[in-house]
Amino acid sequence: MDNKLIDLQGISKSYGKNLILNNLDLYIKENEFLTLLGPSGCGKTTTLRIIGGFESPDSGKVIFDNQDITDLPPNKRHLNTIFQKYALFTHMTIAENIAFGLKIAKKSKTYIDDKIKYALKLVNLDGFENRMADSLSGGQQQRIAIARAIVNEPKVLLLDEPLGALDLKLRQDMQYELIRLKNELGITFIYVTHDQEEALTMSDTIVVMNQGYIQQMGTPEMIYNEPENAFVADFIGDSNIIASTMIEDEVVEILGAKFKCVDKGFGNNTPVDVVIRPEDVELVEPQMGTIQGLVTHLIFKGVHYEMEVEANGFKWLVQSTKLVPVGTRVGIVVDPFNIQIMNKPESEDEEAVTLDE
Amino acid sequence: MNKAQKRNALLSGPYIFWIVLFIIIPLLFVFYYGFTDGNGHFTMDNILSIAKPEYYKALVLSLVLAVISTLICLLIAYPLALILRNTKISKKNFIIFVFILPMWMNFLLRTYAWQAILDINGVLDSFLAMFGLPSANIINTPAAIVLGMVYDFLPFMVLPIHNVLVKIDDNTINAARDLGANYFQTLRKVIIPLSYAGISSGIIMVFVPSLTTFVISDILGGGKLLLIGNIVENKVKADNLNLGAGLSLILMIFIVINMVVSMKMDSGIEEDAMLPTDKSSKVGGK
Repeated sequence: MDNKLIDLQGISKSYGKNLILNNLDLYIKENEFLTLLGPSGCGKTTTLRIIGGFESPDSGKVIFDNQDITDLPPNKRHLNTIFQKYALFTHMTIAENIAFGLKIAKKSKTYIDDKIKYALKLVNLDGFENRMADSLSGGQQQRIAIARAIVNEPKVLLLDEPLGALDLKLRQDMQYELIRLKNELGITFIYVTHDQEEALTMSDTIVVMNQGYIQQMGTPEMIYNEPENAFVADFIGDSNIIASTMIEDEVVEILGAKFKCVDKGFGNNTPVDVVIRPEDVELVEPQMGTIQGLVTHLIFKGVHYEMEVEANGFKWLVQSTKLVPVGTRVGIVVDPFNIQIMNKPESEDEEAVTLDE
Repeated sequence: MNKAQKRNALLSGPYIFWIVLFIIIPLLFVFYYGFTDGNGHFTMDNILSIAKPEYYKALVLSLVLAVISTLICLLIAYPLALILRNTKISKKNFIIFVFILPMWMNFLLRTYAWQAILDINGVLDSFLAMFGLPSANIINTPAAIVLGMVYDFLPFMVLPIHNVLVKIDDNTINAARDLGANYFQTLRKVIIPLSYAGISSGIIMVFVPSLTTFVISDILGGGKLLLIGNIVENKVKADNLNLGAGLSLILMIFIVINMVVSMKMDSGIEEDAMLPTDKSSKVGGK
């Protein structure tokens, strides 16, 4: 499990003057569900295409199973790709689509027939052998694309925003479907998406990318609860990101008020960024709060209410199941454990970009 | 008739008028003349005269040259269209521009230019003489006619093929590579089958004018090599409309066969290529 199946070493890639990937190092362990997550143009798809062999890096190496495959064409690599718009062969039947790779590999007819049956069953589309590819719905086409890839028994499946073209309900169903497939097949999945919810739901490991750099790599819990910088905090879920000062270990001054926290080792009087998730902001009676503010907006979101509280010149985003009417004076408290301290970005590349999600 | 149907009928009016006036009626005239003699009596003589050796030989020569020039066009056009497909847009426009440039000149002028190039002691011969090589002597041979056909009709093969090739998603090709196919397997199993519609349009658009041309054979064949088109032209010029029409009908049979075969090739694939513009031309009007 701890074996490095794929190891990207110092990968750089640019298109013309556009630097897409800058000296990227990344390894993927065997049997891992790893997601490359980031906004468009962050280099996630390029990374996947370099692993798949559809792009070659300007510099750096791709190591697969301890072999350098940097210069190997895609047809010589033991991995398969699921493309965003399925890329089925529209001039073939479903069975012919699934058999494509096996026929190239010159497998016997009985072997191919068995594999087609097995793969169609696995993706819950038994009996679709003789349908034409373009007579299927988007979700069905995506399942066939998966079937077509996995019959070749790849060690790694690369998925390039495979659910991007599906509607919300289907996308959610397919997320569970993919997790099930991953568990049944026991192979490594490398998944590219810009959808943070997809990433959090399915992944063992998330790699958050922006502007060609890896911003943070870790489990979904780590990424969500302990974002390392403002970009990650902003990109994953809603958050209040506030420029603050670390007074000393376990004490941070936010908007002029001292809050207790659990972080140490930032030094004394150090400028930092603080992330507080909206569901972690507690609204109490004004005199009970660490700071006081006024509720200015209220929206019903189904599971919870979303409120905006103006306090000490900052608009706090607050999510709560308890309704607090607009115009109420409230106090704000935050559990020390829920205050995430981050170093200020060192370079401009790590700066949080405005996201129009 | 509801509103939408009324509007459709109104909008299609001009086209129906055009089709009836310029396609159906002339075609009926061809049938009428083809099946009658000079006095308007029914006869099969015009049709059956194809059995005469001079007409029969011209028809066979026309078919052979049309097939050869269509194949040569296909062999040149397909790789060219593939290269164009894989070329970046800025460069591609330039290549297409260079390619289409000769088409801005009149077809007749271009054919005459080839005559000047291929003629005995013409441009080609003087060029070869510079290197001490013997003259090529291809003017007035079938080779010269094929050369003229390929030169004139090549764009009609390239454009429809290019049109279907650019519509193939890059990822469809990537998927084939991803599944283990090398470049030639990808070409054979994915790219070519997905471009059948363009190939079939291209074949029709090159084969039909090649089969019916009389200008190219006139100019580059020196009037010695008669194609079926030349014979039809001569008959019409000599006021024997009936025989000309009869032979045209024979020609039409081969055009229809060509179209049916080509269409069959891409049945089941719903890619819409550039449609042939002169499906119904009888005497290949050039």
